[in-house]
Amino acid sequence: MSDPSQRTPGPAAAVKKARLRRRHAAERRFRAYAIGAVAFAAGLLALLVASIGVRAYSGFRQSYLTLPIVIDREIVDPEGTNDPAVLADANYISLVKQALRARFPEITARSEQSALYSIVSVGAADSVKEYVLAHPQDIGRTVSLRLETADSVDALVKGLTDRTLPADDRGISDLEVAWVDDLVASGELRVGFSRTLFTSGDSREPERAGILAALTGSAMTLVVTFLLSFPLGVAAAVYLEEFAPRNRWTALVEVNINNLAAVPSVIFGLLGLAILLNFFGLPRSSPLAGGIVLALMTLPTLIIAARAAIAAVPPSIREAALAVGASDVQVVLHHVVPLALPGILTGSIIGMARALGETAPLLMIGMVAFIVDVPHGFTEAATVLPVQIFIWADSPERGFVARTAAATAVLLFFLVMMNATAVVLRRRFERRW
Amino acid sequence: MMKHTALRALRTMDEIDIPPKRLERAPVAPAAEPARAPKLRATGVNFFYGEKQALFEVSIDVPERQVTALIGPSGCGKSTFIRCLNRMNDVIPATRMEGRIELDGEDVYADGLDVVELRARIGMVFQKPNPFPKSIYDNVAYGPRIHGLATTRGDLDEIVHASLERAGLLDEVKDRLDEPGTGLSGGQQQRLCIARAIAVSPEVILMDEPCSALDPIATARIEDLMDELREKYTIVIVTHSMQQAARVSQRTAFFHLGKLVEQGDTERLFTNPLDPRTQDYITGRFG
Repeated sequence: MSDPSQRTPGPAAAVKKARLRRRHAAERRFRAYAIGAVAFAAGLLALLVASIGVRAYSGFRQSYLTLPIVIDREIVDPEGTNDPAVLADANYISLVKQALRARFPEITARSEQSALYSIVSVGAADSVKEYVLAHPQDIGRTVSLRLETADSVDALVKGLTDRTLPADDRGISDLEVAWVDDLVASGELRVGFSRTLFTSGDSREPERAGILAALTGSAMTLVVTFLLSFPLGVAAAVYLEEFAPRNRWTALVEVNINNLAAVPSVIFGLLGLAILLNFFGLPRSSPLAGGIVLALMTLPTLIIAARAAIAAVPPSIREAALAVGASDVQVVLHHVVPLALPGILTGSIIGMARALGETAPLLMIGMVAFIVDVPHGFTEAATVLPVQIFIWADSPERGFVARTAAATAVLLFFLVMMNATAVVLRRRFERRW
Repeated sequence: MMKHTALRALRTMDEIDIPPKRLERAPVAPAAEPARAPKLRATGVNFFYGEKQALFEVSIDVPERQVTALIGPSGCGKSTFIRCLNRMNDVIPATRMEGRIELDGEDVYADGLDVVELRARIGMVFQKPNPFPKSIYDNVAYGPRIHGLATTRGDLDEIVHASLERAGLLDEVKDRLDEPGTGLSGGQQQRLCIARAIAVSPEVILMDEPCSALDPIATARIEDLMDELREKYTIVIVTHSMQQAARVSQRTAFFHLGKLVEQGDTERLFTNPLDPRTQDYITGRFG
């Protein structure tokens, strides 16, 4: 009796076994490749985050020299007017120099004195000025102030300078190193959190440079981008998905939207330069012009995301609404758009995050300018965070390396927050039919 | 002989699960009022999906306050036809309809006719329960709201309660009207959809295989409900199940390959089919 369900042992079984073994081996190999690829990608990401993190840490910190400063009425306000205009014009550098000479009375040679002055930042006088303007009642007294040190001193204190190098190569003289070591030993020179980074605009001196102007510029630009691209994108998506006839023209529009999403962003910058600035005469390097350019860049992505979200609303909901006598517009406004909204919002947040990180198109419309002041309106000259990073990365001063990393960390923080919001939105409002 | 056996089998099943009160109401005499104008009348309806013709010269009269069942094998055009009645096919691109459909003698496809108003007069219940992802209350209140049927919150409450009551759902949901309609069971969802349809006081209710996604108990409830609803509404139901057609309808129309093969009183059609195709179908020889 031959039963077909019974396996006959013999050569056939051996072949079968070998094939089974090969198949299992292939599956194991494939899994190993996949795990390897994921591990490699994760490792690179970790490396990137770690290197930015390490550099950014020193960028968020700044060394300060605490000095007793005599706010001499003779220098600041000899006539006792208390007029802010007079106070703002006073010669604060001499106050700082006096304080330094008082700290190191043994240094008398002119050349050595000027070397001594250079251990504090050129901007230290501005710190004194700001203090006096804020506290005019302290004129005539002696106050203890924290002054930013010069870039070279900052690098030395943070251990970024190689002390074994010859003095000419390390950018700080032996004499200065001795003074700094003395000040560090006495506790007068300390490294602390740099508030300047978040409270001031750009500067030529890394120790005085901050990202407030760039952050404000980014926020304003994004507001313009969102206000333009969200309503336009949703309206276009609703029309294309719900109302547009399926013909050659809508097919053409569709293809073009998909192509536009893949156009390099710098092209949108050129468009902005040619049309917005040269033709319409919008103010150069303003958040308004930047926002419009980024809105153009974001629109295709947003339309595609919104269309996908709208198409995911099941047709049964549309039929249900139509069957109780809802008009086409009512079906869309009462049912389709509200149900698609989480998806649309997710798409637009991701689009906004991309716009926030965009540099190239903004360079084209002049947002690369050196902007010190925080912008107060949508037509004022401004810069944005990624462009600020670009500018700093190009600067020769040692301190800007750390500042660049710190600004990058801030930018990454905002990007991660936006993407996390998108993920949370999607999780919370995800609906299953 | 065979057809009689088949019908007897159907009838026996019917008698097992219908309550006695239905038996009392069951004898209807459509022949008693033959002069009455039909609620819906279709004449020479052809329907095309692109190049493909789905309906061929369908002509049928749907009498008022009766249940008319459309039966036939899959793809025979019965769903297409029912969707022509309230112009739900309008939303499908590249479709075309020829012929004439009248509601109370008025051309449904006339140029000046407002589709929204038409769909308020001809409600529809679909194969798969499709409540809105909103509360039970809002599901029923949606129609009255967009048609402005209630001026005060009290009026609206009344409409919602009356509709749920009539759909036999009120007792089960009256304590949780603000819970989502999608949280109900399949049969409850379908009754919610019926309540939603009757909330706008339609004259006709179209049901496109309303029980095909439900279990037998939920099906029995919906069938009982149809029997009650026909006192007030004209009902057209598409069904796959011949038993269901025999149980709930007074008139039956048999579709095959896009053509209306035979129509007539349910009892007559099942006991004495005139067309051999009808006979083959109801005796289970195909379909």
